[in-house]
Amino acid sequence: MRNFLDTLVSRQDMIISAFLEHIYLSFVAVAIGIAIALPLGIIITRYRRYAEPIIGVTAVFQTIPSLALFGFLVPILGIGSPTALIALIIYALLPILRNTYAGIVGVDGSTIEAGRGMGMTRTQILRQIELPLALPFIMAGIRTATVLTVGIATLATFVGAGGLGDIIYRGLQSYNNSLVLAGALPVAFLAIGFDQILKWIEKRATPKGLKT
Amino acid sequence: MIRFENVTKRFPDGTEALKDISLVLPTHELTAVIGPSGCGKTTLMKMINKLEKPTAGSIYIDEKPINGMDEVQLRRSIGYVIQRIGLFPHMTISDNVALVPKLLEWPKAKKEERVRELLELVGLDPAIYMDRYPLELSGGQQQRVGVIRALAGDPNIVLMDEPFSALDPISREQLQDELRNLQQTIKKTIVFVTHDMDEALKIADSIILMRDGQVEQTGTPQQLIDNPANEFVRNFIGVERINQKRTFGEKRLMEFLDLFTADWAGDAKKISADSSIEEAFLQLDESDQDYLAVVQDGRIIAYANDRDLLKAALAKETGVLA
Repeated sequence: MRNFLDTLVSRQDMIISAFLEHIYLSFVAVAIGIAIALPLGIIITRYRRYAEPIIGVTAVFQTIPSLALFGFLVPILGIGSPTALIALIIYALLPILRNTYAGIVGVDGSTIEAGRGMGMTRTQILRQIELPLALPFIMAGIRTATVLTVGIATLATFVGAGGLGDIIYRGLQSYNNSLVLAGALPVAFLAIGFDQILKWIEKRATPKGLKT
Repeated sequence: MIRFENVTKRFPDGTEALKDISLVLPTHELTAVIGPSGCGKTTLMKMINKLEKPTAGSIYIDEKPINGMDEVQLRRSIGYVIQRIGLFPHMTISDNVALVPKLLEWPKAKKEERVRELLELVGLDPAIYMDRYPLELSGGQQQRVGVIRALAGDPNIVLMDEPFSALDPISREQLQDELRNLQQTIKKTIVFVTHDMDEALKIADSIILMRDGQVEQTGTPQQLIDNPANEFVRNFIGVERINQKRTFGEKRLMEFLDLFTADWAGDAKKISADSSIEEAFLQLDESDQDYLAVVQDGRIIAYANDRDLLKAALAKETGVLA
């Protein structure tokens, strides 16, 4: 324990900068993941024929072991944070995409029919009915994606993109358990922290009328 | 007035939902469209607000063809109540009711006033219900909101697609009565799709009875009961119901002239040929003569004693007379 605290103090700078890198990687990956998956999820609810194949493709990506995916990308993109980001984005896509799709498709057909029958345009139906009602699902997807990304971002160290993985890897190489912990604990806290914050947002996002 | 002119609807899979339908739905009346499931009644209704489009033929509202009209604008001008209520669960009652006014960009004060007025119309206290959410209301209350939501934009036409079928029998009866009373005040052109004959007979000014995409018979509830056009109509209404609803005095005397006595020498109290059998019985009771003189256009055309009247009543009961 003492040892661990000493390590924390002496490697403070390194740990903090790795921590920030980690947040940066996860955050940017999730943000771009949302920017791609959310609109795509909405689009495939409009062209349902393509929904299954597209979700299927992202599901296949999901099954590639993360270390292998980083491995595949290095020969193509070289090393550095872009490579790490792309890999993380690919992992973030599926949960967001699938939840957006399921959330919108799950909106009661009679509500939409009522909206149409009363003269709402497609955009109005999307913005005033479908999205608000699907929001809890979409938020849950983003939450899953975030926790997943924070975990996988630990592997970014292997493509030279930094992050808390660096610390863990260093610790492992030098048989320094304290250093491993100094990297691993922040990752865990980060994942739990993000999870809690997003859970809170998810609750807030649930339309009032749906809470029982 | 809504007019269908040779309207046919064929779905992509080849089924014909409507076969060359021509009919008129009169203004300010509640017309019930009824028939077994799959008869095309809902399709017929949904054509009025262009949720379905005819394969052939045209539909006119007040003699203006709706083909050329913008569907979004058209729908905003027509009230729409759906079967499964379809309130927006994430919006308050007030926001739900004010939806069409909002789409029509009414000023805020006008919207609010309209919501209050409508809630009061169906006996829901605005102070209590405006800020509630749909799921906090009972089924009957929800559908009341569904009905007033359709009225919010002050449309001339209101379409109702089996609006009460998902409710329990007691709420259903209540809402039927309320709709009947409401219609006395608002006088909208209401198209009411139902599969429930009792409901149609109870609330409709006129009924359109459909089968397999065709109209079997149209008429007032009384006309359908008195003169079912064919076996299908008779069965659909139900023989029992026909007997029950046919109050035996409802028919006019002039329809039974064949059964009456052509001539009689004595004095007789006069009664109009438009009167009902029931009324004739009463008149005869009050008179000290054996016969009544049936009068049309100021002329006596027949005489009827109690035996004649009884024959008429019986003829009606068994449906022997055309």
